[in-house]
Amino acid sequence: MAKELLEGNAAIAEAAIRAGLEAYFGYPITPQTEVLEHLARRLPEEGRVFLQAESEVASINMVYGAACAGARVMTSSSSPGISLMQEGLSYIACSEVPAVVINIMRGGPGLGNVAPSQGDYFQAVKMAGHGDFHPIVLAPGNIQEAIDLVVLAFDLAEKYRTIAMVVADGSLGQMMEPAELPPMRPVRPPAERPPWALTGARGRQPNIITSLYLEPEVLEEVNLRLQAKLQEIAANEVRWKEYSSEDADLLLVAFGTVGRVCQTAVREARRQGLKVGLLRPITLWPFPSARLAELAGQVRGMLVVEMNAGQMVEDVRLAVEGRCPVRFYGRLGGIIPLPDEILPELERLDKEC
Amino acid sequence: MQEEIIISGFGGQGALFSGQLLAFAAMDSGFHVTWIPSYGPEMRGGKARCTVVISDQEIGSPLVRRPSAAIVLNIPSMEAFEPAVKPGGVLVVNSSLVPQRSERTDIRVFHIPASDIATELGNIRLANVVCLGTLVQAIGVVPLEAVEQALDNHLPERHRKLLGANKAALRRGAALVGG
Amino acid sequence: MVTVEIPADMELVYKRPQSLTETHTHYCPGCTHGIIHRLIAEVIDELGIRERTIGIAPVGCSVLAYYYFNMDFAEAAHGRAPAMATGIKRVSPDRVVFTYQGDGDLAAIGTAEIIQAANRGELFTTIFVNNAIYGMTGGQMAPTTLPGQVTTSSPTGRDVETAGFPMKMAELLAVLPGAAYVTRQAVFDPRGIHRTRAAIKLAFQTQLAELGFSLVEVLSTCNTNWHMGVVEALEWAKKHMVAYYPLGDTKVSDGVRALMETR
Repeated sequence: MAKELLEGNAAIAEAAIRAGLEAYFGYPITPQTEVLEHLARRLPEEGRVFLQAESEVASINMVYGAACAGARVMTSSSSPGISLMQEGLSYIACSEVPAVVINIMRGGPGLGNVAPSQGDYFQAVKMAGHGDFHPIVLAPGNIQEAIDLVVLAFDLAEKYRTIAMVVADGSLGQMMEPAELPPMRPVRPPAERPPWALTGARGRQPNIITSLYLEPEVLEEVNLRLQAKLQEIAANEVRWKEYSSEDADLLLVAFGTVGRVCQTAVREARRQGLKVGLLRPITLWPFPSARLAELAGQVRGMLVVEMNAGQMVEDVRLAVEGRCPVRFYGRLGGIIPLPDEILPELERLDKEC
Repeated sequence: MQEEIIISGFGGQGALFSGQLLAFAAMDSGFHVTWIPSYGPEMRGGKARCTVVISDQEIGSPLVRRPSAAIVLNIPSMEAFEPAVKPGGVLVVNSSLVPQRSERTDIRVFHIPASDIATELGNIRLANVVCLGTLVQAIGVVPLEAVEQALDNHLPERHRKLLGANKAALRRGAALVGG
Repeated sequence: MVTVEIPADMELVYKRPQSLTETHTHYCPGCTHGIIHRLIAEVIDELGIRERTIGIAPVGCSVLAYYYFNMDFAEAAHGRAPAMATGIKRVSPDRVVFTYQGDGDLAAIGTAEIIQAANRGELFTTIFVNNAIYGMTGGQMAPTTLPGQVTTSSPTGRDVETAGFPMKMAELLAVLPGAAYVTRQAVFDPRGIHRTRAAIKLAFQTQLAELGFSLVEVLSTCNTNWHMGVVEALEWAKKHMVAYYPLGDTKVSDGVRALMETR
């Protein structure tokens, strides 16, 4: 298939359809409404389920229901809406049903604004809801990657029976770039839904999907099983990209939109003679800690750049364990840092480390 | 080669659409390209602008502080981007709506009465396309024919009857760039 | 389970429905949840739909209902059963879906979900158990607690000036076009139990005929948290609850009426 000039949100929505999405439940919120609008038009065309819910609370619980029934299901929202979904996310995680959630992040806290932000890193990676769990968190840096990661999100969610969350900021959602959509996968027929799904107990014992375990010993066992699964994910699913890191003695670490801004910063810094490289995490959970620890032995210092007050930088510091200095530069309120702000920070890092 | 173009005006002036035309043309000409909008919460009348980056290598930042070229369709855009264009760059000003003139000598400035030309061509809303014609001709990275092709392929159905007028607007704008 | 031979001169007239498991319930002695569970199970058996029915348990006293029903079941977050049921039914339109919800679950925290699901005419059935109190958390004021009724969170009696009036959900939902069959019944005596059973059957038939949303509100007792004896609680409920919550159908769509006439 040839490349087309695609808008991020529409590309994400169409990628989900191509990945075999059977049902979407969502609520309008800027800057992700185009995902919902695209699916409102396309899913009925394909004979699949689209429903605009009364709230994000309802959306995620509809997703929970459809996931329990064994359907490929997704919702999308933006920061305040994801906050409303956190209860449902926690139930889904404990119940071990697969679900894909898209968060096109906007400026916060509160109602904030509709400008691009990465302020939900902690929420996605550390505390997507109450209790001990992590969704798989995928952070595309461009539209092609957004398409590919949406498809991957469905596969990972089903493989591990967990939540796969794709986090991008509003600028990726609204920008346009040439990209290629994958071919249309056939939708899984209802007769082939997984054996654990709620499909009616015909000729078998009833399936029960619950997140309630009143006996502490039993709930501990459930938690240990969840933790073992998370460890398996952490061992197998870490993804990242490196740019000019082979000979780098300074390393930028940034994800999503800032990750690509830092690609420009690397080029400009190298033009000035600074040997700068970039590591762009693609999975925010699991985090590429081992690779960062390795690079900490190679570089003089790291600069983490984010569109927040410094969230991922904590994970970088945990990975590096003091082996090299880790500095932070961030912009807040929905502002994307530009290369000309990052360069002076790199120069300072070069002098001080 | 990398060109970073900002097109800026009020919502409804077609800044975003003319940027998309340029992006389609750049893609069809084999370049890497990004188009990124920035606008206020209003549906009409607020500020609307987009940044188009055209490059022969993978594009990093889709945003720039200092563009290599700009189209300004109203006074606030003139105030914001006239000083920002990089030395050696191109500035296209819709002089029908922006009375002030750029004093800069380190860039190529085109003051064109785009709204008046558009009105002559039968629809004042073609001013953005007149300006785009000037810009495309001035920067010379993407052939004008590629933009015409983009019009053929991507002009919304409801504006289809204006296809000929759009192409005429593009040509009129391009013709304002002297040899 | 104790198995006994049926003597030759006797016949079996009463047995556990196939749609119930053998698990002993955790409900307090005198609680009417057991009766309502049995009525649902009998109806599901009678309609022959056990193997294609999916139930959804709420948060509340019946949170463990999935242990007692012998069919596929999910446990919802508090109040969200109608949203979950929507998700299940939309991707499994040939399955029978029902939610089993209490008054706190349906009429307080889940008010939005039930109203919106009913308004969309979702093709599932809700069994709404109204016992005018929060049972599981130990007897706090519910949205359905009667004026003046003493609970642990209305220790001087429900003051309607500050707490508002009890929610009449059957009446409230009846006005929505998507609701095809809405009724209020009570399980305070054998006659009421029979009527409740008929209503539950009609509600499931409404779903099977794809006529719209169906809900049976069942007035129930909570002798434990009402601090009454079992019989006293039933009498109190008959006198006070029925006075505030009149029994009978609040919505019968034309389609449901036609269904009733064919019976």
